[in-house]
Amino acid sequence: MIITKQKDFFKILEYLKGRNNIYLFGCDSCAEQCETGGDKEVKAMAYLLKNEGKKITGFSIPAETCYSMLVKKYFREDKDMIENADAFLVLACGAGVKAVADAVGDGKPVFPALDSLYLANVTRYGHFFEGCSLCGDCVLGETGGICPHTQCPKGLLNGPCGGMVNGKCEVNMENDCAWIVIYRRLKAQGRLGILKRIAPPKDYSNSVKPRTVVVESRMKNK
Amino acid sequence: MQTLKQSLASKKFTITAEICPPKGTDVSDFIKKARLLKNKIAAANVTDNQRAVMRLSSLACSVLLLKEGIDPVFQMTCRDRNRIAMQSDIMGAWTLGVKNILALSGDHVSFGDHRDAKAVFDIDSVQLVQVISKLNNGTNMKDTPLKGGTDFFIGAVVAPEAEPGEPELIKFEKKIEAGTRFFQTQAIYNMNQFHKFYEYAKKFDVQILAGILLLKSAKMAHFLNNNVPGVTVPKHLIDEIEKAPDQLAKGVEIAARQVKELKTFCDGAHIMAIGQEESVPAIIEMAG
Repeated sequence: MIITKQKDFFKILEYLKGRNNIYLFGCDSCAEQCETGGDKEVKAMAYLLKNEGKKITGFSIPAETCYSMLVKKYFREDKDMIENADAFLVLACGAGVKAVADAVGDGKPVFPALDSLYLANVTRYGHFFEGCSLCGDCVLGETGGICPHTQCPKGLLNGPCGGMVNGKCEVNMENDCAWIVIYRRLKAQGRLGILKRIAPPKDYSNSVKPRTVVVESRMKNK
Repeated sequence: MQTLKQSLASKKFTITAEICPPKGTDVSDFIKKARLLKNKIAAANVTDNQRAVMRLSSLACSVLLLKEGIDPVFQMTCRDRNRIAMQSDIMGAWTLGVKNILALSGDHVSFGDHRDAKAVFDIDSVQLVQVISKLNNGTNMKDTPLKGGTDFFIGAVVAPEAEPGEPELIKFEKKIEAGTRFFQTQAIYNMNQFHKFYEYAKKFDVQILAGILLLKSAKMAHFLNNNVPGVTVPKHLIDEIEKAPDQLAKGVEIAARQVKELKTFCDGAHIMAIGQEESVPAIIEMAG
């Protein structure tokens, strides 16, 4: 799941300065679960903007706003959507904002109401933990399923740094040092030998942006 | 000028000390401190934006030390540069006459004065040692031959009092495998524990300089415990300093006591005075 956080409301008002007819987009997937872009939050945003004198020309909450084809369908079904709005405000992750911006085209501005933070595991209801950085060079097979690139603030690949104190991380003493957790897990699995081998520098050639994947078999089916 | 490498090779107890670059381009205090230490230490470490606080470059200050006739240990962290910039700067240091380098991870930017900076950490300290070893062998880290390589005396850091200790020792051995020849340890407080570490470390062909941190006052000890990663000053030492009429004098006395004890078994000591470099000669003198 992609974790999002609402931007400061004054920042949002700054975006919308001089633009009075606003169309809102939410997202019924990740942003709904983060309580940043579901039905409740979109309506709350509409209320706040009305209080600021804005006219809300409409709102949509697609099942997945990152799904560009789905978002385009909303625009096909409501031809006046672009016509009636001065601007679009999107309560979804950056991919959602992009989907709306591409669907709107060049003529009207699209603004993000949220900041996109990270890819998360839902560890408990409402608890979101960052466990993967989508780096394109997965080392979890050598680290007991714990990502040192993500759970270690320095992304170290060869063990703990000198700032580790009693198994805790120097950057946030509430957090376990990723490398101590990795060490304990590999030791329990009888695989400490892995830790004794020097891990090579990370290959960042796999993460040159923007990345695009085309699944050929899916294309043929269409 | 006897180099750090020569001093350690001669088997005599070797003392190094750390000098911190200024926050700006006025190097007069830095030079003054360097001159105080000249001929009293084998080499002086130049810290690399320690605690992630931006200062004059460790490379520039290492060259200033060379001009003063002091053998510098050029400290390089992995925090601020990617692998291209690091190799370039390492070769740059060599061409300017620097012979010793100390590879560190580096304190995270969240401790420093530019907390909005990108923490680079493109490679880690073990990989950095590997990179320097490759440059020493005349190739870059991609194994492409260079027109002239380096021949650095490579150092790294180890934390003998880390808890749990095994992962730290695994990393220590990886640093040796990568080509580390000498270690300067993080501050040590428990001499018995350090002695055990030293016995284990001497199974390898490396030299160990034990880290001694000068405690200027009880207040500073508390500050270190709360703000400096990996430093834990034990309560009994803080109490000892707190009771003393002259806290700095007591701190010097404690450091000298530690150095004196190290002289009975260790290869050397690395004194970290953190801005109080003028007290280093007194520590060395008192240690005998």
